[in-house]
Amino acid sequence: MKNFLNGLTRFRRGPWEMLATILIALGVFMLMQPFALILFTYSFVVTLIGTVMFIITSHFPE
Amino acid sequence: MMLKAALRKAHPMPDPIQRVALATPPKLAHQIRGLSDRTIAWLFVAPTIFLLLAVNIFPLIWTIRLSLTNFRTNRPNNAVEWVGIENYRKILTNPDTWASLQATAHFLVWTITLQVLIGFTLAYLINKKFRSNDLWTTLIVLPMMLSPAVVGNFWTFLYQPQIGLFNYFIAFLTGADPASFSMIGEVALAPWAIIIVDTWMWTPFVMLICLAGLRSIPPSIYEAAECDRASKWRQFWTITLPMALPFLMLAVLFRGIENFKMFDLVVQLTGGGPGATTQLTSIDLKREAFEKWRTGYASAYAVILFVTVFGLASIYVKALNKVKDR
Repeated sequence: MKNFLNGLTRFRRGPWEMLATILIALGVFMLMQPFALILFTYSFVVTLIGTVMFIITSHFPE
Repeated sequence: MMLKAALRKAHPMPDPIQRVALATPPKLAHQIRGLSDRTIAWLFVAPTIFLLLAVNIFPLIWTIRLSLTNFRTNRPNNAVEWVGIENYRKILTNPDTWASLQATAHFLVWTITLQVLIGFTLAYLINKKFRSNDLWTTLIVLPMMLSPAVVGNFWTFLYQPQIGLFNYFIAFLTGADPASFSMIGEVALAPWAIIIVDTWMWTPFVMLICLAGLRSIPPSIYEAAECDRASKWRQFWTITLPMALPFLMLAVLFRGIENFKMFDLVVQLTGGGPGATTQLTSIDLKREAFEKWRTGYASAYAVILFVTVFGLASIYVKALNKVKDR
């Protein structure tokens, strides 16, 4: 966990890509889940942030 | 002129390349000789980039722009108003859109699970050497070669409660009356009807990709495992599956993207019904764009689907590369 946080503060690709991946997966789950409309409403914002973050962070150094 | 004379002297009958060189005006030839390798490379790549921009990037940017307006294609003379994120807000608070995304998720999860399980099993069996192996491969691959319109049409007949073979087959297995249920007419059965047809049609595709993966495993690895007295079960989990995994993941990626935008087969089979039970996102999107003519709204819908598929494909490709590097 400490390594993960260190990587985030030093703008390392691994942890940031991991964070973006979690956001995309969460966004897609929120978009297609059958439980709460409020989750569906905010799903696009979460997916969009995750996708943009993924594109940017894939250019970070290892 | 000197070059031409020298070429003519060396080769009285010039080959096609020389003929082009001879036909090139000396001024132009001089200009080309002055270009750097990088510029020449750009000249070759430029038409492709231009085509890509015109066919992919420009429509994408135009769709994003339209998604922020109230534009309607059937009223081109109306004033187009800038509505900001209003279309996105409407879509993301619409329970019908939510229902169609749930229908898509149900369709995606089940078709991919069934296709991967059956496809890999078939590939594993076909990979074993036996008589009439090629004949079986051809027979299994047949559904994939048919047009979705044809498949949709004849499965509609197979699903008929009165005359459909499918109903008679189920009745034979369960003892129920064949006319007592309708696969494409009942809310509970219609989603399964489209899953069965898509699985029937596209399992061969997954099988072919898995077969390529299985045939790429060198037999020497199995021979070494045999020497180490590894059981067949152990060989499957430690050799076959890990080495075929990148191919399997590729099949899942292809089928996932394809099924996310599934349209023709479902329209032919159920038309999105009964009610909106099998109204997948692509059908919903088509209705918004070309039946209700809400172009701005449909563009916003398309952008939401694009971002979702793009995000999923990005993380999936990353995972695929990791598995390949392992």
